[in-house]
Formats: sequence, C-alpha cells, structure tokens
Amino acid sequence: MIEGAVWRKWVFYNIPLILFVFILLFPFYWMIITTFRPDGELYRPWNAVNYQPFWTNNPTLDHILYLFEETSFGRWMVNTMFIAAVSTVISLFCGVLAGYALARLNFPYAGGLGTAIFVTYLVPQILLFIPLAEIIRNYRLGDTPWALILTYPTFLIPFCTWLMMGYFKAIPKELEECARIDGASRFKAMIYIILPVAVPGIMSAGIFAFTLSWNEFLYALVFLSSPEQKTVPVGVTSELIRGDVFFWGPLMAGALLGSIPVAIVYSFFVEHYVSGLTGSVKG
Amino acid sequence: MAVTAVSGVVNRPIPRLRRLEDERWLALSLLTPTAILLGLFIAYPFFEGVMLSMTSTRVGIDGQFVGLKNFHKIWNDSIFRTSVWNTFWYTGVTTVFKLALGLWLAMLLNRHFRGKALVRAFILLPFIIPTVLSTFAWKWMFDPTFSVINWTLFQLGIITQRINWLGDPDLAMTSIIIVNIWRGVPFFAISLLAGLQTISPELQEAAAIDGARPWQRFWHVTWPLLLPVTMVVVLFSVIQTFADFQLVYILTGGGPANATHLFATYAYQIGIGTGLLSEGAAISLAMFPFLFLIVVVQLLYIRRVETR
Amino acid sequence: MALVSIRNVNKVYDGGVHAVKNVDLEVRDKEFMVFVGPSGCGKTTTLRMVAGLESITSGDIAIGDTVVNNLPPMDRDIAMVFQNYALYPHMSVFHNMAFGLKMRKFEKAEIDKRVRDAAAILGIETLLDRKPRQLSGGQRQRVALGRAIVRHPQVFLFDEPLSNLDAKLRVQMRVELKKLHERLGTTAIYVTHDQVEAMTLGDRVVVMKDGVVQQVGEPLELYNTPANRFVAGFIGSPAMNFAEVTLSGANGKLWAEAPGLKIGVPEPLAGRVNGHSGKATMGIRPEDLHVAGPADPAELCFEVEVEVIEQLGSEILLDTRAGNSTFVASVDPMLRTKVHERLKLAINPNRLHLFDAETEAAI
Repeated sequence: MIEGAVWRKWVFYNIPLILFVFILLFPFYWMIITTFRPDGELYRPWNAVNYQPFWTNNPTLDHILYLFEETSFGRWMVNTMFIAAVSTVISLFCGVLAGYALARLNFPYAGGLGTAIFVTYLVPQILLFIPLAEIIRNYRLGDTPWALILTYPTFLIPFCTWLMMGYFKAIPKELEECARIDGASRFKAMIYIILPVAVPGIMSAGIFAFTLSWNEFLYALVFLSSPEQKTVPVGVTSELIRGDVFFWGPLMAGALLGSIPVAIVYSFFVEHYVSGLTGSVKG
Repeated sequence: MAVTAVSGVVNRPIPRLRRLEDERWLALSLLTPTAILLGLFIAYPFFEGVMLSMTSTRVGIDGQFVGLKNFHKIWNDSIFRTSVWNTFWYTGVTTVFKLALGLWLAMLLNRHFRGKALVRAFILLPFIIPTVLSTFAWKWMFDPTFSVINWTLFQLGIITQRINWLGDPDLAMTSIIIVNIWRGVPFFAISLLAGLQTISPELQEAAAIDGARPWQRFWHVTWPLLLPVTMVVVLFSVIQTFADFQLVYILTGGGPANATHLFATYAYQIGIGTGLLSEGAAISLAMFPFLFLIVVVQLLYIRRVETR
Repeated sequence: MALVSIRNVNKVYDGGVHAVKNVDLEVRDKEFMVFVGPSGCGKTTTLRMVAGLESITSGDIAIGDTVVNNLPPMDRDIAMVFQNYALYPHMSVFHNMAFGLKMRKFEKAEIDKRVRDAAAILGIETLLDRKPRQLSGGQRQRVALGRAIVRHPQVFLFDEPLSNLDAKLRVQMRVELKKLHERLGTTAIYVTHDQVEAMTLGDRVVVMKDGVVQQVGEPLELYNTPANRFVAGFIGSPAMNFAEVTLSGANGKLWAEAPGLKIGVPEPLAGRVNGHSGKATMGIRPEDLHVAGPADPAELCFEVEVEVIEQLGSEILLDTRAGNSTFVASVDPMLRTKVHERLKLAINPNRLHLFDAETEAAI
C-alpha cells in the first residue's frame, strides 16, 4: 500500500480507529462496571462532586445475587438457550436442504422460488406479530417455548437458505456428478459429498441463526406471558422495571450475563460469524 | 461412418423406482419442510393479518367486517402520521450516518496492523450482543439524573445544564438515532471491509501510478467497485431500521408524549397495549407498501449495478 | 462386452440450443475413442449424455446390450475423469478412491485390495493418506484416474482430463494414459479440444463441429483423407494451407488457378473433379511442401515470397505468400533464406486436396 509519514498515520488512521473502538465498546464497559458497583455509588447525580464514575473500589456481587434469588433469571437463560438451540437446528435442517435444492437442482420455477425466499428474508417480524399471536393462541401454543421455536424459523430459514445457496453455488458441480457416476444417488451425493464440503457454511449459518434467535424480542414479548417462560431479553425488560423504577444494578447484571453466552459462541467462531455476515450480503 | 447394427435383442430395463433421481422430485422433497414452515407462519399469518385489519376485533371480542374503516381511521390519526414521519426520518438519517461511518471504519481496518483480528472481533460486539440488553446500557447512560455522558460533558466544561436525553421530545429521537447508529456501524464496517478486500490493491497502485490522488482513487476506483456490496448492505439495513421495534420500545416506549413512535412501536401499543387488535394489524400492514417499494427499488437498482 | 452405441442422438437444451445433432456411431469393445472439436461443438454434451449427466432429447444410447437412456449415472457402470479432477476435498486419497466401491457395497478387504492395486499401477501408494489439497496437479490427476480404475467399470469417460496440466506434464500423462489403456483394455471415450491428444491417444477419432459429426476414423485416415475442409484444417499441426482456386481444363490437363498460382492437378484427384463447379478450395499440408529442386515438374511448382522464418531446430517453418494466398511450408532445417526473398515451392502430388467450394466436402 501507499504509505506516508508517521504523524499522518496517527492523525488519519490510528487515532480515529482508537476513537471508534472506544465508542463502540464503552457501553459494554459501562454495563460491566455497573454490575459490580454497589447501589450507594450507583445513584449519584450527574453533577455530584468527588465522583468517580469509571471505577469502583467496592465491587459487589449483590446485583447478580439479586437476579438469581429474586427473579427467574436462571430459568430465562435456560429458556433462551433451549429455544435458540432448537430453532437453530430446525432452521439449519430446512435451510440447508432448501438451499441445496435452489442452488444445485434444475426444476421449474427455481428462480422464482429463490426470489420468494429472499423476499421473506426481508419480511420483518413486526408485519406479522398481531395475526401470529392469534394463530399461536388458536394452536394452543401461547406461553410455551414452542410458540417461539416454531416461529423463529420464519426469519432464520430464509437467512440460512440464502447463505447456504451462496456456499453451494461455489462448490464445483463436478463433485456431485462424479459421486453420482461413482454409484451414489443424488441424495447420497448430497449427504456424503456436498454437505461435508459445505460444513464451514453450515457452521456460519448456525452460529448466525443462534445469535439471531438469542436477540429476538418482539415475538418473545408478545407470545410469552408467565415469568418463568420468558427469555432473557423479555424477562429483563418486564421483571426488572416496576412502573417507573428501574433496578439498574440487576438490570445491567442481567444484560451482562445475558450477553455472555452469545459472546462466548461468537468468540469461538468469529471467523465463521464474519463469513456468515459477509456471505449474507453477497448473496 | 461405421454403424454396426447391434445384435438383435436390445435390453431395455425398467428403471427402478427412483423418484429422487428426478431433479424435480428431489427438489420438491427438499423444499417441503421449508414450504410448510414458511407457509404456516408467514403466508398464512399475512393473509390472516389482512383479514384481521378489515374487522373490528379486540382482545376477547370477535369483530365484524368493517372494510377499510381501520385504515381510514389511522390515516386521520395524528400520532400515526407522526410515526410515519418518524420512521422515515429515523431510517434516512441513521442509514446515511451508518454508511459514512461504516465506510470510514472499513477503510481504517483495510490495512495490515498488529491486532487487526482482535480489533475486528471486538468491533462487531454491538451488533451481536442482544439489542435489548445493550440498549439498556444506553438507557442507563442516558438516565436523566445519573447520566455518565452528562457527567463527562460537565467535567469537561462543555455543559452546565443537564441534557435530558430521552425526556425532551426534541432530543429523544436524536438519542434513539445515536444508539441505532452505534449498533449498525459494525455491520456496515465489516461487510464493506469484506467488499474492500475483494478489490485488488494493484488497482489502487495502478491508479496511483496514473497520478490519481487518494480522494480520486477512492472516488474513481474503490467506490464504484464497492457499490454492489454497498447496495445490498444498505438494503438490509434500511429494512431492519424501517421495521425497528426494540430500540424505541426500550429507550422511550414511544414517548415522551408519543413523539418517538415508529410504525412498529405504535402498532404494538395499539394492538397489544390497548388491545385493538385489528387496528394494530392495520398499522403494521400499512408499513407493507412502503417496505415493498423499498425492496423493489433496491432490488432493481442492485440488478442494474450488477449487470452493468 | 462393453461397446457403446450412440444411435441418432439429439440434444436440445431448454433454451432451444440444438447442441448435438443426429450423432450416430459406435464405440467398439476395448476401443479408445476420442471426440475432438472446438469448444461448443457438442463433444462434451455427448459424453455427458453417455454418462447420464444430461438427458437425451431423442435417440438411444446403449452400453453393452443395455439401453441406458433412463438409467441414472449410478446404474450405468461407468467411470469418469473430469477436467478439474473433482476430487472430494474432505476425503483422503484412499477414501476418494474407495468411495465408488463403498457406494456399491464392496467388502472392506476387497476395497482395500483394489485401492492398493490401483495406487500401485499409478505410483501413488505413498499418497493414500493425503488430502487432495496437499497434492500437486499431476498427483491429483493420478488420483482421479485411480478413482476411475478401481471400479473396473465397463467404460471410462474422460472429459479433457489433461487440459489443466502444464505442457510437459501433459505429454507425460498422455503416454501413461495410453499405457494404462493398453494394460486394462477397457473401452474408453475421451473428449478433448487438442487434436494432438486426439491423434496420439485415439484408436479412432470423432471430429465434431456445431453438434454434427464431421468424420469418424483412425487418426491417419483423418490426416490423409479428411472428409471435408473443417477436418482437414483441424487435424494436423501446423494447420493445412488453403487457397481459393478456379478449376479449368486445358491441353487435356486440369489446372487449379489463383492469383500468382497455377498448379496442375494430378491424377487420380483430377478425375474426381468432374461434376464440380469451377470454384474449389485447394489444400496442402506444410509438410507436403518443399523447396523446388530440378526433379520437380514445373506444373507442381509455384513462386512465393518469404514473410516470416520460424526456426524450430528440427525444421524451419516458412510463412510465405503467393498472390493473395499464404502458405506455411515445413522445410529442411539446413535451408538458408531471408525474409522477402523469393523462392520456388513444390508440392507433393499425392498429397494435394481439393474441397468443394459450396459444401466444403472433399473431392
């Protein structure tokens, strides 16, 4: 690349980058510091003197304990995990098969179907949540994890399908042709040859789907009502705010702990996640 | 050309029943699970939503057919009009900023430096951490009394009066926009970075040798090549932002005085909050033509850019 | 018995492209049949129809006694080597070669034996545990061959298998393929766009153009008696020289004339001209031209101007011009000449070709 003087590198490059990183990460730092700060330090007005907002010398686990003792936070975590895992598996199963069909098989209306799935990919939850709530109630799924396990695939499948189509298209056609000549049926060629080759793509789609379901809020808010059925985002929102009173310590503790599973999954599979992200926009 | 007649009997085996060897049957069976789930939970509810929006259903009360009355009603609803305006303003402003800042960040990252992978991993955090949870952190930072932002600005001598980030009707939307930008920039940056990395550095070098200055190199080489990726990223972001619910729901709940409602939050408030199901359905359906238009325009544009 | 008969086969794609037109021929048992032609001539489509990867629009394809039109590839008992080798990237070399046997439910011991035998034949025993990405181009090629031969199929299909190799390796693999075929004796259909491969490998060669078979024959048959102008120009390197000539009889002799050129057409060729119009294309291969000596009759000689001299060591290629026709001549490497020099070339009378101006068929 074209390089310039050292000071230019700092002014045009390093300093802006540091600022970006600082601003993007500060809210998480604030989340962490609030989690471990005692209430007495927490509620000091913005113009109080002798106030050190960025550090605490009296770290406490009170807020975290409050979460587990006074709320069903543990249940919420388990619920969220279960719902995210099952809906991810369902979506991967459907998305991989559909992506394979759309990317590698010739059949009438293949192009139209591909576009249709892309369009459903763009249908936001907000368009459907009211009639869906009715339907969920009619199917007697309301207030159960299945309400979410069955509806999350509506936005996960189109995503997985789209992503997998990209991966499948990049695999040379000769691979499965060769397998078919070697004595495999079309189905076996898919199972033994194409799917193993597409494993990185399947991982990306899975990780992405998992974080998307963990992140989902609206359906969970509308379809679930009893406190012990809730997911983390909904539980934190509805149980840690009483009227106008915000329990900021436990709230931030809940936000922090609720983010950790996603962060862990993400940290193990950053590369898959990024390739899923960029794959989804390349299409 | 020698064509020897094949000795008398020709063996024509009856093909074994292998439906799945026919591409059409295989495709059909592979697509069935997806079709069932999407049909049951997208197509059917969409149809139900349209029907619902033309009745007078409330929670617990089955309504009667009222035609387009609900749509007529929301059309004359000043809060609905504010929400429409807010949604467009919110989408437009955040998209411009996310694109500009995201592109800037992508260019900053499109170099070799130590710890690049780590920086890239950390930068994506706002995008992957559940929105509701990170938005609570912002709400806490925007707290009218305990705002750390106010504290910092006060200590730096920039303000003397507190800023009521979310309580002031004029400022609340700006605050929401800031949080949306914060959350969206990483997505833009990482996607555009991937786009930038597909552009051969030799093109930059060739342009430099041809005498192009950095700004000209960006405008004549980088930007046109990045345009297809940019368009798709913008499309995704616009749809997401247009239908956004979580940020506003958490930060202001549509307030103060209904000043920050978007389509989504207003539909929620009417449909679930007040229980006017059919009216809520009408509000979310009213979003459909706009969304449809955005998708069609952008898809056409993307196709044009790609086939150019 | 593994003959492959292709009877009146047509392929029309969905878009209406007629890729293969009335192909009708037979590949004999143990024969190495090469399909050659420019890209888009339908040779690969024909091969893929034999493999079962493309459907047949009309006609029949039979392998042995069995019409295979509706059989999926897995039931045809064939093996195919692809241009890009199509090695399964997630499997070791051993498992790549064993896959076809596993799909056919062979015993484990038999699989092991066959894979090791094939590996020994191809000299890749030491590579069996490697993954395809750890192999060089030549090694991948061998693995792809090995995967085909372990199965002892009725027919081998090759789709330009050598075109991804560099020139030197290509020549080497060509020789090995030939040896392999002699050793195994399996019927083979080989598709290539390279006429040198076609000539060296094929027991017989099929020349195709625009979906139509132009000529089927043994390599030397194609070289010596091409059926039409296309085959004449396609087979042989450097390519045959062509000149548009007017035929006329005078003094009991048939003359082929063009500006700067007047050649007496020798018998028996002249005798076949009867009934053709006055226009024709004359063809003569570079190796059938030589610098005229005293023994050459004047009616077989013409004067040319040298335009380019290509020294190849074993021969010299002269790019020359006579009137508006150009001729490449392969001449004695000891010849000393200069650009723009004029000299006399003589043709070998038995090797002159004439093609009808309209139909381009050989006269």
